[in-house]
Parts: sequence; structure tokens; C-alpha cells
Amino acid sequence: MSKLSQKHLLGIKDITEKDINLIFETAENFKEVINRPIKKVPSLRDITIANIFFENSTRTRLSFELAEKRLSADVVNFSASTSSVKKGETLLDTVNNILAMKVDMVVMRHASPGAPHFLSRHISANIINAGDGTHEHPTQALLDAFSIREKLGGVGGKKVAIIGDILHSRVALSNIFALKKLGAEVMVCGPPTLLPKYINELGVKVELDVKKALQWCDVANVLRIQLERQQIRYCPSLREYSLYYGINKRLLDSLHRQIVIMHPGPINRGVELSSDVADSQHSIILDQVENGVAVRMAVLYLLAGAAG
Amino acid sequence: MTKRKKLIFDSDLLDLTISRLCQQLIENHADFSDTVILGLQPRGIYLAEQIHRKLEKDTRKTIPLGYLDVTFHRDDFRRRETPVKASQTRIEFVIEGKKVVLVDDVLFTGRTVRAALDAMIAFGRPAKVELLVLIDRKYSRDLPVAADYVGKAVNTLPSERVLVELEAQGHEHNRIWLINKD
Repeated sequence: MSKLSQKHLLGIKDITEKDINLIFETAENFKEVINRPIKKVPSLRDITIANIFFENSTRTRLSFELAEKRLSADVVNFSASTSSVKKGETLLDTVNNILAMKVDMVVMRHASPGAPHFLSRHISANIINAGDGTHEHPTQALLDAFSIREKLGGVGGKKVAIIGDILHSRVALSNIFALKKLGAEVMVCGPPTLLPKYINELGVKVELDVKKALQWCDVANVLRIQLERQQIRYCPSLREYSLYYGINKRLLDSLHRQIVIMHPGPINRGVELSSDVADSQHSIILDQVENGVAVRMAVLYLLAGAAG
Repeated sequence: MTKRKKLIFDSDLLDLTISRLCQQLIENHADFSDTVILGLQPRGIYLAEQIHRKLEKDTRKTIPLGYLDVTFHRDDFRRRETPVKASQTRIEFVIEGKKVVLVDDVLFTGRTVRAALDAMIAFGRPAKVELLVLIDRKYSRDLPVAADYVGKAVNTLPSERVLVELEAQGHEHNRIWLINKD
């Protein structure tokens, strides 16, 4: 009746358009659930989920934890900074130890691209990738596309510009896969040093001028400059980035048309988005956060159901 | 193997039965001032709509009607091959202190009704809950659940299935069949 084609959610690249739509339909039901006076359903009451975060996160981790708790799952949290990883334990050993305590699902964030894929070849629990280095962040892409669908009534045929640090962004890559699968047109825009070399091979347009990108698009998904991933300087200063690529109200007003502004967070206010844009009616940033919980509930529910 | 199909309800009998069920509801609920109707997704909502329409016409009162989906409250999650697809829950009123009539097409094991009681509590604590079903499959209950209003009680084998075809669901005629799966 309704089942995902995959046992894990490692990346958007591996799932089908049908999977994405099934996740969206299920997420709509969960969105209704989390707006009830009692926000909890008992579906996953016999499931234990480990949230394993080898990298810092506030939003994603909180969102996953809320999603798990609203499905009545038992939750254990683990962060690398306070664990035996510091003592030299390998990834596989760490996870196997956690699984030996009878954990059914693993939500993992890791700094190395492909870490969840590696894990999926060695363990039987369902794995959800909550971000692997600069590779993929599937649930973020799903909630972004879900928010576009909710705001504009659909994703197919819509024009979406992803603006900012594309080179270091797992959100950008997962978004490109998801939006292309759902039939949207995608453009990436940023300083040439922050655009990957062969990005147009993914079938996306490339634009260096942010104003032209904004004029073209229905939705602008604005990304953060990821200073923590940059060992060398890709742009002379944040001030210069903000001057050429920052989006402010004056720029939006000069378009003479309404576009939707999205941001996966955390926002660097005054750098990629000015406060008057981030807090404006154009912005659906907080809707994205709300939808994040519903979409993650849908993913957990569908993967857990298949595990039975 | 050939499927054997036995007609247990035709259009005329269905109309008669629904009229009787409505009369029974009116007997017990008089002016419906504190009563709400909840149709169980996915198939109970058609019957709920039909009953609701008739009750509003007969009593000239506005009666709240909602749809309740029990998918996330089922006890067979992870015990079947694929998860059941969820449907919409739409309850735009408070059921706290109200008399709730749950409506479904077929009462079989009673597990859906158990899940419905569980799901309903998320919307408040009703004063009273009643169950109305069109078909009561006798001697097939897994749980101690009984209906307050029954369209027709039928003897069935576990291998049989009740197929409800309603015009509201897009079928040509209102008909209900008993099908042997073997």
C-alpha cells in the first residue's frame, strides 16, 4: 500500500519521486497531529532510536528528537564531544556498541561524507542521514520542498534559486536532487569560488549575479556562509560577501514581484539576509522549522513500518 | 479459484436501514444539542456523511461532523508487510463533554474501534461514546467491543470479506457484498 523503496534514508539521490510524494502525504497527516492539543501518537512506542551526532547541531537534533518523541519512540542521545570517540573508538565500534543495547534506528550526523552509507553496509538498523559533511542532508531537502509545495501549491515547474555557499553545502546538493526529481527548475547563485566546478552537470543553471537570480526565481533558498568548513578564504571578507550577495529589503523591492525567501538556518543576520527580509512576510523560515518536525515524523514512521 | 460473491445489501435495503439507524439515533439523542458524529477513515466517512445529511434534514438541527483517522494509533504497525496509508483527520470542534457517535462501515475484529477510542482522546474527553456500524460481522471479535447501532448482523467466516460499494465512493449502485477470498 505505502512503503518506501529504501530501508534507509541516506540521501535524496537514492530515493524516487514516488518515495518523496509518499513522505509528503504522510507529513501532511503528521502536521495535523502536531497542531492538536495532544501532539502525540503511539505509532513507534516499541522502537528505540539513537541520535548520534558527531557534529554540532541545534535545530536538526531538536527537530528529530521532537519528531521521535511525538511518535512515542524511546530516544537516546549521543554527541561525540562527550563520548568515547575522543578516546579513539572507531565509528563502527561506537555504533555497534549502541546497537548491542537493542536500538532499532539510528539518526546520524557526521563530518565525513559517506559515513552513513558506510554504516548501512555493516549494520541492520535503519539509518537516517542527518547530514554527512558536505555531501547530503536529505531531511532538510524534504522539508524545504514540502514547504515550497505548501506555500505555492506544488513544486513541479517552479523556479528555485539556491543562493550562497554551494561548495560546502549539503543542503544545496540534497535540495538540487529533490527539486529536480519533483520537476522544478533549479539555479545556483554565489561567488565563483563557492560554486563547485561541475555543478551544471546536475542540470542546474548557474548565475553569478544575485539580482538576476532573484528576478528569475519564484523561491530563493538562501544559504549560510559556512566559515567552519573553510580552511582558506573563499571570499575576501564577510562584509564584501554581504555587499555583493546579501539580500535586503531594497533589493527585494526593486524586483517588483513577490518571491518566497527560505533559509535552512542558522541565519547570519546582516550577512546573507538582512533582518528586515528574514522577518518579512516573504520569509517562510519558521514554517520550514515547523514542517521539519512533520517531515521527520513521516520519514521515521515510514522507515520503521518497513522494518517490521 | 473463483470468487464467490453474495449480495447482502442492495440500494433499497440500504436506504431502509439507514433510515432506521437515523430513527434510533433520534430516539436516543433527541435534539442532538450535545452530540457529534465522527466517521472513521477511510471508509466510514461515506456512511457518516449520509447519516449526517439525513439527520440534519429530519431534525432541522446543525450537527457537527468530523473525520477521524486511526492509522497512527493502530496496534498492527510493524506487524504487517507495509504500513497502512494515513488519511485526513478533520475535527473542527471540541469533543470535551460531548456525546460522540463513531461511525464505521464494518465491525470485524474491533481493533479499529479500539484505535479510534485512543485517537479520539487527543481531542478531549467525551461524556459518552457510541458506535454505529452498517455491518456487524458476528463471532469475529478479538476485543470486547460491541456496537450500539447495527445495520445488519451477518455470520461470516474469517476467510470472507465484506465489500462495501457506495455511490458516494464512485460506484454505480449502493451495494454490499460478502466475498469468499479463496
